[in-house]
Amino acid sequence: MNLPILSLVIWTPIFAGLAVLFIGDRNPRAARIIALLGSIAGLLVALPLWCLFDIKTPEFQFVESAPWIAAFNVNYHVGIDGMSLLLILLNCITTVLVIIAGWEVIKERVSQYMAAFLILSGLMNGVFCALDALLFYVFFEATLIPMFIIIGVWGGPNRVYAAVKFFLYTLMGSLLSLVALIYLYNAAGGSFSLLHFYDLPLTLNVQIAIFSAFMLAFAVKVPMWPVHTWLPDAHVEAPTGGSVVLAAVMLKLGGYGFLRLSLPITPDASHELAGFVIALSLLAVVYIGLVALVQADMKKLIAYSSISHMGFVTLGIFIFSVQGIEGAILQMISHGFISAAMFLCVGVLYDRMHTRMIADYGGVVNRMPVFAALFMLFAMANAGLPGTSGFVGEWLVILATMKVSFWYAVLGATTLIFGAAYTLWMYKRVVFGEIANPHVAELNDLSRREFFILAVLALFVLVMGLYPAPFGAVLHESVNEILRLAAPGRKLLIGL
Amino acid sequence: MQFLLSLAPAYAEIFLLCMICAILLIDLFLTDQQREWTYVLSLLTLLGCFLITAFADPTNDVEPFSDMLVTDPMASVLKLCIYASVAVVFVYSQSYIRSRDMFRGEFFVLALFATLGMLVMVSGSSMLTLYLGLELLSLSLYAMIALQRDSKQATEAAMKYFVLGALASGMLLYGMSMLYGATGTLDLDIMAEVIGAGEADNTILAFALVFIVAGLGFKLSAVPFHMWVPDVYHGAPTAVTLFIGSAPKLAAFAFVMRLLVSGLGASFLVEQWQWMLIIMAVLSLAIGNITAIAQTNLKRMLAYSAISHMGFLLLGVLSGSPEGYAAAMFYVVVYVLTTLGTFGIMLLLSRDGFEAENLDDYKGLNQRSPWYAALMLLLMFSMAGVPPVVGFYAKLSVLWAVIEAGYVWLAVVAVMFSLIGAFYYLRIVKLMYFDTPQDHAPIVSNAPMRIVLSLNGLAVLGFGTFPGVLMAICAYSVALSL
Repeated sequence: MNLPILSLVIWTPIFAGLAVLFIGDRNPRAARIIALLGSIAGLLVALPLWCLFDIKTPEFQFVESAPWIAAFNVNYHVGIDGMSLLLILLNCITTVLVIIAGWEVIKERVSQYMAAFLILSGLMNGVFCALDALLFYVFFEATLIPMFIIIGVWGGPNRVYAAVKFFLYTLMGSLLSLVALIYLYNAAGGSFSLLHFYDLPLTLNVQIAIFSAFMLAFAVKVPMWPVHTWLPDAHVEAPTGGSVVLAAVMLKLGGYGFLRLSLPITPDASHELAGFVIALSLLAVVYIGLVALVQADMKKLIAYSSISHMGFVTLGIFIFSVQGIEGAILQMISHGFISAAMFLCVGVLYDRMHTRMIADYGGVVNRMPVFAALFMLFAMANAGLPGTSGFVGEWLVILATMKVSFWYAVLGATTLIFGAAYTLWMYKRVVFGEIANPHVAELNDLSRREFFILAVLALFVLVMGLYPAPFGAVLHESVNEILRLAAPGRKLLIGL
Repeated sequence: MQFLLSLAPAYAEIFLLCMICAILLIDLFLTDQQREWTYVLSLLTLLGCFLITAFADPTNDVEPFSDMLVTDPMASVLKLCIYASVAVVFVYSQSYIRSRDMFRGEFFVLALFATLGMLVMVSGSSMLTLYLGLELLSLSLYAMIALQRDSKQATEAAMKYFVLGALASGMLLYGMSMLYGATGTLDLDIMAEVIGAGEADNTILAFALVFIVAGLGFKLSAVPFHMWVPDVYHGAPTAVTLFIGSAPKLAAFAFVMRLLVSGLGASFLVEQWQWMLIIMAVLSLAIGNITAIAQTNLKRMLAYSAISHMGFLLLGVLSGSPEGYAAAMFYVVVYVLTTLGTFGIMLLLSRDGFEAENLDDYKGLNQRSPWYAALMLLLMFSMAGVPPVVGFYAKLSVLWAVIEAGYVWLAVVAVMFSLIGAFYYLRIVKLMYFDTPQDHAPIVSNAPMRIVLSLNGLAVLGFGTFPGVLMAICAYSVALSL
């Protein structure tokens, strides 16, 4: 069994995407079908990872290593731990759903749309697998190009502004981390291997500088307050599929980056600055939660809710406990499913009514009962109802926070109130009540295609909420390892 | 026979010169319909030169013409790149110059003379040969810009270039004469020895250095000696702009290496020119990138972008290590590759009486031709330095060298300005992909151009996926040549 599974996971979608590009728009149907097959193939090659994954070892698994830029000792070095495994699977599932979701909605330049999502999916798998810092960076940056195109070509009226803002914000964040990585390369004696970086002794000042550079890159991606402003714009303007991938997977690159790079490479700086990050996270949870409350645009509301939920992720990470980090990762996965579902629900409405304003709706339940039921489930999950996946991560993070500080936990727990408030209030205004206007009266319930997508997501949300144990089991050793690496003083170099 | 063998390192130059004379003569007897032959012969000449250089022994110690020319791996690699890029220029320009009544022997002969000048610059090991090569290149370029003699813009550009170029050559010569006065030799190797032994007057050396760096700055188009670049890029016919923007940058890099590193590479001098280059590099990055944002003309935008790229190139040179020189060489090769493609697209979209040089002409290119839009997308991201295209690795290797040399702050400044730079490259992508076309004319081109342009664009992606080979070639050739 020496199949390079991870390479297949990375390159299958990318080559499928290129194939779709070459079909071009002369035959949109063929492009759609090949894209679907490609995304399913991408998911199938990722499934063996789940089956063969050994949950008892903290080591990286399925490792492949080959020289890439030999003269500079840069390697194509990939491998995964439990955290990467879950994120890869999330990514592969989302890709299939997004391709199906765009099946009829996208009528212009179909092949490019499908190809962009496939290539993006492969690149993000690359980020989750990379164990070489340069490889990580290349995949991390390359994801910007397809997303830029997706927002800009198929987006809403203000798409250019949103796309450029998205690109420049994220580029700004990551360029400084490139400088940090090169510095580490020199310090490690000419190696980009993350494993070497993990054991590299660094002084506190250097750690703080490197941590800050990483922080900028990942904080923009997560996004954390105050560098979050690109996200509402990007979400509102992006097509439904773009919003789904952005919220479900792309934001996770930030959280993943914190866990894979920041904590293990600069443990002392992470502890030193944890208070700062926690403060920003709580600000996101509370302040952005309040901002979400007053949104008139459904997509914007969900975008702000994403920021608020991702605040929980960073909060959990910087608590430095098993529960906190496991909670953060589970929150990432769960948010992947829930936010994808929420954006798809809005997409379902938008495709029928061509408006995202809450005020334009009302009484949707009368015309779309099935949709209303599913939307209800996701709204509840978004509010963190026990029994749904949204509860698991938040609960663990609050529990972990409580051990550190009562007040942190109280502030963090407000998300349960605000989350319920903004989600359910929106739900009430959109779905319940009398039929608000003649347009609503003409709505049709879910098509089979839409029902399938939402049902799959509902299944994941429920399974993860009712029986999270297997997810936790996959993560356990990996989280312990991250915490071991993130122990303060482990690699602190005393001196200047 | 002995004499002929001693000329071995100069075979390519000699062959080129003979062929230029032959083409000049043959062209006289060709009618306009037969002009095709000039074009074919020019390409064959370049092919011949390529083969001669490729099969020559780059470690040959013979230095012909009393040590006036050297050959080393760096020179060979650069020469091969020069042949390739000049040939690509010919292929790209063919239909453009034909429709503008410039498809004449002069275009090819001048371009080949300029190529000869570049070769001499690349291999020169004495200040005399270096200067000779530089002037041969510059004079040919002046004439090429003015080739479209009815165009006021082109004439103005040629005049500007000529006057400022002459001034810069004057400064360079002045600096060289001071060096000669201080060291008593024109040969760069001997000069380095004399300076290393501390036998030269430091005051004169410092003065000479200032003049030399100023002259080099002009040739590299680094701020504050950049004023000519936008006007010349803009005013010259696009085919000529393509030529100016590509191969001569390779020669200019070699020129800097020969003068500053081989000639003035003594450590106490390095410290001095390092700071001059730092100032020039930072200013070039700043002014180039910021001013480019305000441009509405693609040629002017690329001119400012060229200035900022030369700033990056200088960063590599100023780190003063073999890694830095290799990074700079890699950078310039990548830059030329990308520039060729970009101007290639511009020439592709231009047609009879229409210059695709305004940014708006690129609106909706994706709907007119997804393939060329995708190529341009790759080229633009390469210019901006976004992975996975090769421009990223060029920037990376320069940053590498700069950080290794201990200038972390300089690397931070450089990435911040390349962030600003990313904006205007993104704007092109935005125009091509997000906007609807204003111009619906079909894109016509000949097969060689389509093929070469496609290869050019794919090379940007291919070298980006596997950057190792090109990086290693640059690293080894520089390491062996120092």
